[in-house]
Amino acid sequence: MEALTWAEILSRMFYQLTPVWISMIALFTISIYYKRNLGLYGKLFDSKIGTLGFAIVMFWVFVGFFAGALDMISTHDPLAQVSGMKNKIPGTPFRGAEEGDYAFYLLGGDHLARDVFSRVMDGASIIIVIAPLATLFAFMVGITLGLPAGYFGGKLDTLLSFLANLILAFPVILLFYLLVTPEIRMTGLPQYMAIFLFSFPILFFAVLINTRYYIEPQKRNVLMLIVVGFLSYLYLSLINEPGTKVTIFNAIDGFDVPGGLLTVFVSVVFVNSPTVFRIVRGLTLDIKTRDYVSAAQTRGEGAWYIMLWEILPNARGPLIVDFCLRIGYTTILLGTLGFFGLGLDPESPNWGATINEGRKLLSIYPHPALPPAFALLSLVLGLNLLADGLREESLKD
Amino acid sequence: MGQFILRRVGLMLITSICLTFIVFFLTNLFPNLEKLAKTQGNFRMSEAEVTSFLEDRGYLQPLPIKYAQWLGVLPGYVIEGKDGTVRGKCIKPGMLQEDAARFCGVLQGDWGYSTVFKDDIGKLVLIRLSLTGKLMFWVMLLMIPSALIIGILAGMREGSRTDRTLSTISITTTATPEYVSGVIFIAVFSSTAFGLKWFKGTAAKAMEDANFENFFLPVLTIALYGMGYIARMTRASMAEVMTAQYIRTARLKGVSFANIVIKHALRNALIAPFTVIMLQFPWLLNGVVIVETLFNYKGFGWVLVQAAGNNDIELLLAVSAVSVVVVLLTQLISDIGYVYLNPRISVT
Repeated sequence: MEALTWAEILSRMFYQLTPVWISMIALFTISIYYKRNLGLYGKLFDSKIGTLGFAIVMFWVFVGFFAGALDMISTHDPLAQVSGMKNKIPGTPFRGAEEGDYAFYLLGGDHLARDVFSRVMDGASIIIVIAPLATLFAFMVGITLGLPAGYFGGKLDTLLSFLANLILAFPVILLFYLLVTPEIRMTGLPQYMAIFLFSFPILFFAVLINTRYYIEPQKRNVLMLIVVGFLSYLYLSLINEPGTKVTIFNAIDGFDVPGGLLTVFVSVVFVNSPTVFRIVRGLTLDIKTRDYVSAAQTRGEGAWYIMLWEILPNARGPLIVDFCLRIGYTTILLGTLGFFGLGLDPESPNWGATINEGRKLLSIYPHPALPPAFALLSLVLGLNLLADGLREESLKD
Repeated sequence: MGQFILRRVGLMLITSICLTFIVFFLTNLFPNLEKLAKTQGNFRMSEAEVTSFLEDRGYLQPLPIKYAQWLGVLPGYVIEGKDGTVRGKCIKPGMLQEDAARFCGVLQGDWGYSTVFKDDIGKLVLIRLSLTGKLMFWVMLLMIPSALIIGILAGMREGSRTDRTLSTISITTTATPEYVSGVIFIAVFSSTAFGLKWFKGTAAKAMEDANFENFFLPVLTIALYGMGYIARMTRASMAEVMTAQYIRTARLKGVSFANIVIKHALRNALIAPFTVIMLQFPWLLNGVVIVETLFNYKGFGWVLVQAAGNNDIELLLAVSAVSVVVVLLTQLISDIGYVYLNPRISVT
């Protein structure tokens, strides 16, 4: 069989991505049609930059969804090593193709003879799950600590700011090298950190519900039981791992997270939360001088009610923008970890590890390293453009 | 002002002590020590052998005591091992026990002995730091002027086509981490596949003899990531200044646009970017580690990777102490510089 030309490779890739194109067209048609009723999300489509960024981000989200959850886009098994396909250039026919096998390596083979196209597509599913989730956790920690630090000030503020600056003074890579090693995992330290860091979302929601429905105890108790119960179940399943230091909750452990993944997750949250803390603290310091806060204080509202229901909603603009930027930054961090071979299983098709493996033969075979590099670049660029569009639109009103 | 600097230096000292203690704690966890013993001795050591190896070399003393010895506020350990040889923290290879000093810690200027490089750490770090200093010098020389020029050109006419083009470029560079841009540059400019062999894909030779061919790519890779951010900050600051009253007055007076930008706007517009540039140092340190690994340039970042990968405790401590001091020092300089540049702000 002949090798494919570049035009054929591109058209085949386009065809392979059909489910992504269909979902994107559907999403954009619906969103633009109803954009006047969709608040800030709808206004996003008024800005060209924001729309472009949103399109790029959604492209990778759909790729990750279809490749990871439905196994639709990739042409081969991202881990399968096929003899005779080592370092083959893009468009090489698949050697020994049988009935049902895809006949080509669309973007060539890497140094272990795995299909680069499938690896990049499957890598998206890892990123689009971990990066937003880790950022969300970092925001929970940052908000839960930043609000009281800014609102109460005093000794609490001094202490928390000192701790935040302490973590920020660490070079990120050194911190990763210290935290994300198999030896540290054996000591159970990441799990203890997880116990600490992941308790913040529960705390956050508990306080959120309590302050809102304080005067309706019955409603509050029911809601509290449902939400906090569910979160606690997730929490205990997350931190508990049979065969490690934390095993007391084995009986109710709902799912297992591979140890390496948990460590990566914890360290990324740990690195990101001080920055979020500083942003939230700064915003709180600014907003607490407003009249509506004084009004709430005069009404006799509790401190936490004011923080969560008066200050936080009014700080949402900058926080949403920073959330988008921070997902991009987290993506870069995850790539860095993969690049240094830390944490995630080096076999797994995450982009950082794929770039790292590809760089070894870069000057002879650049094709295995370039696709994941461009994938990561485009996703982060999309998130930055999206943040820019959101900032522009949220400043308009 | 004097009191302010004194307070900041005090805070800096406390921070560095806390941070080195954290590093000390993490590197001295037992699995890490076990790994160290196995790489130093041999990989087939039994558990008892590992314990006696560590005990003989003072690794199993209580943590605060070990830390105090490293700092130099407690006398270094002298332990007679199970094999009969006497080892001490201050007894260097080839030195008699009687000649050794009682205290040998950071306060005495002794940073310890690297188990990976088999060399004195103070000397080692200094050499590597000077290599990285060379890299950083060229990065700064490339990054700062180009970032400022892009920012000023974009910010002086907000919303124009130049502004939009340059802003898109700066967003793109901030979205490109070093390991992505470095890989793309090597693939495009130095691989046989693309045929453009303009630059070398490795900077190993640049350590002794840096020239344009082998040093430009690493410098460009680091500079590019930081450039976008500084340019965006400069643009925002410039755009704000250009809407100020005194600029309008100058325009109505009939001053030419070039003169307004250079003589009136620039001075005020460059205050904010100064802080940003200083605060970029910690980020550049990250970039340095990635780029030195990618281009095989054996500087400070490369040492960090080697020390961390092999759990070379004292080297890792020295590396983190140096980087923490660099980070905190740049913060201090940026604060002081900000006050000097902007008379409206006072430290008190």
